[in-house]
Amino acid sequence: MRVGVVTFPGSLDDRDALRAIKLAGGEPVSLWHSEHDLHGVDAIVLPGGFSYGDYLRCGAIAAHSPIMTDVVDAANRGMPVLGICNGFQVLVEAHLLAGGLIRNDHGTFIRRDQKLRVENTDTAWTSGYSVGQEITIPLKNGEGGFIADDETLAQLEGEGLVVFRYVDVNPNGSLNDIAGIRNARGNVVGLMPHPEHAVEAGFGPNTSVAMKSGTDGLAMFQSVLAASIFS
Amino acid sequence: MTIVIVEVMPKEVLLDPAGKATARALQRVGGEHITNVRIGKRFELTVDGEVTPEVLEQIGVMANDILSNQVIEDVISIRVAD
Repeated sequence: MRVGVVTFPGSLDDRDALRAIKLAGGEPVSLWHSEHDLHGVDAIVLPGGFSYGDYLRCGAIAAHSPIMTDVVDAANRGMPVLGICNGFQVLVEAHLLAGGLIRNDHGTFIRRDQKLRVENTDTAWTSGYSVGQEITIPLKNGEGGFIADDETLAQLEGEGLVVFRYVDVNPNGSLNDIAGIRNARGNVVGLMPHPEHAVEAGFGPNTSVAMKSGTDGLAMFQSVLAASIFS
Repeated sequence: MTIVIVEVMPKEVLLDPAGKATARALQRVGGEHITNVRIGKRFELTVDGEVTPEVLEQIGVMANDILSNQVIEDVISIRVAD
């Protein structure tokens, strides 16, 4: 299965995402922001970073870049799309996901190994987890506060569209401890923490077993290999 | 050439951490009476040719779609500069 990773000017974690796809058993494909070409991929990852320097709003300019027309079309046809950190911000700016992301409530950039609870496994990207499973993956952002109006929030909660929730610590003031959400169809998922940084022992978060041995993010990339078109 | 000014503010219900930090700084330097600061954006669009109602309408659409994110911000005003 071919999984594309879009590189925007200012993307940082595109290489890590490509590597994660490879480690999960997929075929990673680099995609370029200014093209209208998805190179025949079966799924797409929008990576973390600071696309266009976070000018205007985080993810806003990237959301209007040429390739996003094709990404939005593909997502609306059911292709799995995962937005990580800045990629999540791009997805909300492109209206593929609800809500918005604002500056952390404490006003500073934060980087920590973050515990999350998997709330929904009925998506293209989380079928390899179990509901209620707790995972630890790195988090690093300055504008990760998830917000939505009351009606949207009630809809996200009521329809089971919250996919990940922060556990123990809410690192950025996100409403209802929301770390990640999905669309109604379940093919589009966005989250602030970084699964692609927890896919290989030796380079992941510390665990009770050994330093840097955490690979809790790998299942996200393995999940998508099981479903090319999610309907 | 004419300049059209678009002003965008974060929604009032939202916490504005940057504004809050700025308010604290002002209070530290003698602005004890300043209770709140909210930080928004001002865009100056230089327009070639006449700013017709159609052009203003187009800018209005762009202000809602791109210059602001309606989930977190409001367009406060769109006007031609004096």
